[in-house]
Amino acid sequence: MKLSVWTYEGPPHVGAMRVATGMRGLHYVLHAPQGDTYADLLFTMIERREERPPVTYTTFQARDLGADTADLFRTACRDAVERFAPQAIIVGASCTAELIQDDPGGMAETMELDIPVIALELPSYQRKENFGADETFYQIVRHLARPMERTARVSCNILGPTGLGFRHRDDVAEITSLLADMGVEVNVTAPMGASPQDLTGLGRAHFNVLLYPETAEAAARWCEKELGQPFTRIVPIGVGATRDFVAEVRALAPAATAPSEEGLRLPWYSASVDSTYLTGKRVFLFGDATHVMAMARVARDEIGFDVVGLGCYNREFARPLRALAREYGVEAIVTDDYLEVEQTIEALAPEMIMGTQMERHIGKRLGIPCAVISAPVHVQDYPARYSPVMGFEGANVLFDTLVHPLVMGLEEHLLHMFRDDFEFHDAAGPSHHGGGAARAESAGGASPPGPPEDISGKMNGADALVWLEAAERELKKIPFFVRGKARRNTEAFAAQRGVQEISVDTLYEAKAHYAR
Amino acid sequence: MTDMAPLPARGCGATPVLKERGQREVFCGLTGIIWLHRKMQDAFFLVVGSRTCAHLLQSAAGVMIFAEPRFATAILEETDLAGLADAQDELDREVARLLARRPDIRQLFLVGSCPSEVIKLDLAKAAERLTRAHAPHVRVLNYSGSGIETTFTEGEDACLASMVPALPETSERALLLVGALPDVVEDQALALLSALGIDAVRCLPARRSDDTPAIGPNTVFALCQPFLGETHAALRRRGARPIPAPMPFGEEGTTQWLAAIARDFGVSAERFEAVTAAPRARARRAVAAAAETLKGRSVFFFPDSQLEIPLARFLVRECGMEAIEIGTPFLHREIAGPDLDLLPEGPVISEGQDVDLQLDRARAARADLTVCGLGLANPLEAQGLATKWSIELVFTPVHFYEQAGDLAALFARPLRRKARLKIEAAE
Repeated sequence: MKLSVWTYEGPPHVGAMRVATGMRGLHYVLHAPQGDTYADLLFTMIERREERPPVTYTTFQARDLGADTADLFRTACRDAVERFAPQAIIVGASCTAELIQDDPGGMAETMELDIPVIALELPSYQRKENFGADETFYQIVRHLARPMERTARVSCNILGPTGLGFRHRDDVAEITSLLADMGVEVNVTAPMGASPQDLTGLGRAHFNVLLYPETAEAAARWCEKELGQPFTRIVPIGVGATRDFVAEVRALAPAATAPSEEGLRLPWYSASVDSTYLTGKRVFLFGDATHVMAMARVARDEIGFDVVGLGCYNREFARPLRALAREYGVEAIVTDDYLEVEQTIEALAPEMIMGTQMERHIGKRLGIPCAVISAPVHVQDYPARYSPVMGFEGANVLFDTLVHPLVMGLEEHLLHMFRDDFEFHDAAGPSHHGGGAARAESAGGASPPGPPEDISGKMNGADALVWLEAAERELKKIPFFVRGKARRNTEAFAAQRGVQEISVDTLYEAKAHYAR
Repeated sequence: MTDMAPLPARGCGATPVLKERGQREVFCGLTGIIWLHRKMQDAFFLVVGSRTCAHLLQSAAGVMIFAEPRFATAILEETDLAGLADAQDELDREVARLLARRPDIRQLFLVGSCPSEVIKLDLAKAAERLTRAHAPHVRVLNYSGSGIETTFTEGEDACLASMVPALPETSERALLLVGALPDVVEDQALALLSALGIDAVRCLPARRSDDTPAIGPNTVFALCQPFLGETHAALRRRGARPIPAPMPFGEEGTTQWLAAIARDFGVSAERFEAVTAAPRARARRAVAAAAETLKGRSVFFFPDSQLEIPLARFLVRECGMEAIEIGTPFLHREIAGPDLDLLPEGPVISEGQDVDLQLDRARAARADLTVCGLGLANPLEAQGLATKWSIELVFTPVHFYEQAGDLAALFARPLRRKARLKIEAAE
């Protein structure tokens, strides 16, 4: 038994729904009680889908237990096939139905339906959403794809995009156009947009582009083994990774040409004067492993941030993530416990978080700006405008995404110059954000920003240090966006030297000590 | 008592009900935790369930606005399923840890889920054991919010019903208001009742456990929500007597609800008139503003919260709408009776659901406004139907006089938007 408040991933059948909802002509018959239908709203509300997910729930009730839940499943299955006329169905159980052991897969297979029936075994009490998507897509591919003659011109499949994915809609468009620019045709994009019929033709492609390892790595590996299709390992997020991806594609398809980088603006934007103020900003990253690993490179090498910590919630990718963390000289955190992530962020006190919607809330409580880079998603992660995070246009989008939560360089410069001016008071916040949200560290109180309730139970090491009044006043003169760093540095400096009381001198000695 | 609008020549009281049993597109009773935990400020709700339960609560709550809300899910794992005795030990451990961290908690609800019911994890036994272990500071109760037994608002019903046997006994002549209302709305009701001279009023649930009401043979109770059938029965078993009335939605509903109570407490007609005249007039004016948009329009209700019948009564009688179908997940004849009697004959009354068949009917009817859950709303909007999300009717203050205008406005807004958006080219 594990106590959980908020979760990063849903149960595995929600992963299966993401595959089914992304596809066309596929229906999912799910043995589940009525409450499980809540999952429909993830797709219709968060993603604003215009159609219901193609899922029929058996919605069995207590009175059906032990009597005819199996019959209920058979009826639901037959009705769904008749009403929706799918090209294939996937069948499975949610957590509750798994316990009553009706074996939906076995039942559906004996019903003599004249379409492919793909049974899913998704262990609800062991695995989670990403596994559910990966396993479901793998099973569908394994059932439907066969080796066949390659296309005359070089082509690839794009594997991984699903319903409810983070920016999948626009990433697919961006990468499809990048590949077209290189002279590589896309044979099938799947699951998103593909029908079961389309999947039977997967084997025509020369190789696979694995855009989202979380949801399609098992399928990519199967295609490599059974269809002889190699797949790409590099996820093209950021300028460097996109260039590496291009090189990887050209190695797999020697006829492919170099794509145009004409619209790419990130390198110049990062090099322009305004961005001097981004240099060395301390960032913490958390999300799914793929996005975190790619974004760490963007943060450090393409914007000039300092990565002070990173982590992911999907344990399946712990090993590569830990290896990357070592390379960045930081500790990796692999957990799906949201409170643990919050504590880590609080301890590291970064100047910006690159995280998920969960970290956006953490940031709000701690007064730290946050840019969202990964699922779990929110209605805000489906912008009306084109906003990929992959490819060259994706790099441009990332620059904007990472700069937006921060004070603009020119503005930060003015704040330094006019820091005593009433219009530039601390609580004003970045001028391009709405109405001055009051900062926790107001002129009246001296307590550093913290969560509303101390839930960690740990002692704060800084408790032993005392800020003398003059030093506290001097600290307030430092602009708010660097004040936290100044406070931390001074306290660390004082602690190292065994100083109990922090004076104005201590403050400036620390400043000199940490000056770069 | 006062000038009531006349009953329709033929109400829906005797209308045959279309009963359906098929796929249901509804929330389970766990959802009620979202509003119950805000109402009961020293209570904690611990769901004993699966990752799906946690994901549902998170998705239904929309955003995680609370760092550590007063609810959580104890997620069952493979090992818990293997040995139930161990699951009880695990539960004890998790509860002890939770209560140590949250000394402000005075009431703990162990909430059963589909998986815990299917494996027959005995939460009643656990609640007894844990009450003994943590007495007197914390009382531990249990109820089931599972989807195999409860639909959406029935979770609140199960929660309140679980509290009734533990309520202290009294012989005081008092009124009990039943149903979790937003504090501001509850205060309005208490003020109105006080002005009528009824001051011995208690609320279930109470905001804090110190205010837990006592009940007995001299208690009369009025439901503020139509979905409290089990609680209704439990209170009767304790000797309390119900005051049947339409639900207090809109000017008419609120007046009739208050009038039923006033009759029971022997309030004079003059006093009733003096107290209610001004708020009634205000409510009528406020409803009239939104009714401009609603008058003559048709409405179709998908089943969701059991609020459908009283709300349809409000929309038909006070806003001039025409109801085509009124779906309810469960029809409690005794509680819904006064509202059904007021509702003029005409609409189909359906109980239960077969969502695909009902969607066929909704598409054929093409009502001006379709009231449905979040899973169906955008797909119906995409087909050109204006919709109202039913969940908002449970989360928003909509009871009594001062909210009557807001309630009508909730239904009017989707129609106003539809009329306002003009995105086609100018010519």
